[in-house]
Amino acid sequence: MLYVRELKKFFGDFKAVNGANLKVEKGQLVAVIGPNGAGKTTLFNLICGQLQPDRGEILFNGEDIGRLPPYEICRKGIARSFQIANIFPRLSVFRNVQVSVLSQQKLSNRLFQPAARLAVESTNRILESVGLLDKKLDVAGSLSHGDKRILEIAIALGNEPDLLILDEPTAGMSPEETSTTMKLIQRLAQEQGLTILFCEHDMEVVFGTAQSIMVMQQGQTIIQDLPEEVRQNREVQQAYLGGE
Amino acid sequence: MLLNIFPQKSFGVSVGLFILLLIAPAIIPKFYTYILAVIFVTALLAMSLNLVVGHGGLFQFHHGVFYGVGAYVGGLILAKTSLPWWVAFIAGPIAAAVTGFLIGLFCIRLNRLYFGMLQISLGSLLWVIAFRWYDLTGGDDGIHGIPIPEFISSSKSSYYLVLIILCICLILLYLILKSPFGSALQAIRDNPERCAAVGINVRRHQLAAIVIATFFAGVAGILFVVVEGSIFPELLFWVLSLEIFIMCLLGGWFTFAGPILGAAVIVSLRTFVGTYTEYWTLILGVILILLIFFLPEGLMGYNFLAKFRSWSKRAAASSVD
Ligand SMILES: Nc1ncnc2c1ncn2[C@@H]1O[C@H](COP(=O)(O)OP(=O)(O)OP(=O)(O)O)[C@@H](O)[C@H]1O
Ligand SMILES: [Mg+2]
Repeated sequence: MLYVRELKKFFGDFKAVNGANLKVEKGQLVAVIGPNGAGKTTLFNLICGQLQPDRGEILFNGEDIGRLPPYEICRKGIARSFQIANIFPRLSVFRNVQVSVLSQQKLSNRLFQPAARLAVESTNRILESVGLLDKKLDVAGSLSHGDKRILEIAIALGNEPDLLILDEPTAGMSPEETSTTMKLIQRLAQEQGLTILFCEHDMEVVFGTAQSIMVMQQGQTIIQDLPEEVRQNREVQQAYLGGE
Repeated sequence: MLLNIFPQKSFGVSVGLFILLLIAPAIIPKFYTYILAVIFVTALLAMSLNLVVGHGGLFQFHHGVFYGVGAYVGGLILAKTSLPWWVAFIAGPIAAAVTGFLIGLFCIRLNRLYFGMLQISLGSLLWVIAFRWYDLTGGDDGIHGIPIPEFISSSKSSYYLVLIILCICLILLYLILKSPFGSALQAIRDNPERCAAVGINVRRHQLAAIVIATFFAGVAGILFVVVEGSIFPELLFWVLSLEIFIMCLLGGWFTFAGPILGAAVIVSLRTFVGTYTEYWTLILGVILILLIFFLPEGLMGYNFLAKFRSWSKRAAASSVD
């Protein structure tokens, strides 16, 4: 479904992504791991169009999406969440999700129809599936950190993506919140057959959930394989797992 | 069906106010009828600006230009051609919207303050044209005594025309704001990056909002001609743009009706204070500074009730001690 080949992105002299390779098959749950500054977020920004690659290609369903603007990539079926909660703070929780549902249903340009009556069911369904339904009238900016991160995922779900990309979905969460969030992600993958690509620092979480793991270091892909294989790999153990 | 999307409480207040304004000209002196008409025109102008400033998050610094274009195009058609009057009423707003589209096309590529700065420079070019093209525009004197169709030329009939058109435009603006388009526009204001990531073409959406806003500015422009019977280059001058920007900030730029209140305050100040002093722009500057420091969300955005409650609670608590 998604192929990334020899992708490179330089910021001046600094090689933030320097030869990333990635393969995501339909229905898989794929993790990207790597130390701080390895280039995980930059890689996701390249895939989703927030940044333009300098070299290499990004194929999504066989089509090169490397030069497309973010909104077109989203319309092709890739939705994402951000590492730092990236929501609409002045709007209600409901409206946060509704914005993406309306966009998905191509209703965003309607001028004289009350938005309050549109896409209500789909929006409520998403809020219910992530457990935010009872907070739907709260102003998004007033949510707790954990809820903001969940809302972040809910907004992405509003686009009914074929591929969902999550950048450290559990960053800054307490252990309990982390485990509920990961359960939520697994449930979404199973129930809705979502393909999910995520990155994460917590090794337990990664090895416990992912079906395929890609390891990045200094902008480069070291390996992508099944969790057991990755765990066995000596290069990974030296570079990242610290001889676990 | 349509009615129940308006909030119940403010709907009652609005209807009451509307009835009051309907009977006002029968009671108040002619001069105040005129001032009210000026306030209505300015309120429409400020409301149109707030669509892109308060709800769209764009630094539309030179909105007066589109008002001026609407007034000039409409006024020139009435004064210099034999076309029927309604042509002026249609051509004014359309010319304003086309100008808004063209200027917007250039500015929209830039971000935030740069957007506003480019708009000021491009807008000033139009001001120069109005100021210098003496044969067509009457230069710095402008054109006075523009022939207004008879049925709206008296001060009462023009008052009613302006009031009715204002109400129609307010309803339209409200519907737009509550529509999916308006919802997406507010989301863009809050977080453009995220909007792009959920599949919204941010620049196109903002440009569409500018075209709508400038169209309504053009409507205000032609209404100005009806009320004043004249056009002059100050309509396109940056001071006016600053005034309407302050009206939005003052009234409450995240609220729907705030700019109307802002327009009423500023127009009254300008009428009753501005005529006694040359320092009108200085006063405006001071108002702006006070606003930024003490009322960043404007009069209507400020939650007086909550402040009062917390103040009285504190007072009660300290009296218990
Ligand atoms: N816009 C930018 N300009 C310059 N350098 C950047 C930019 N964005 C990221 N970098 C640098 O690129 C490197 C990779 O950053 P990136 O955010 O992709 O890492 P990461 O793997 O997501 O790290 P973390 O685990 O901390 O989130 C970092 O050293 C960062 O400082
Ligand atoms: Mg990161």
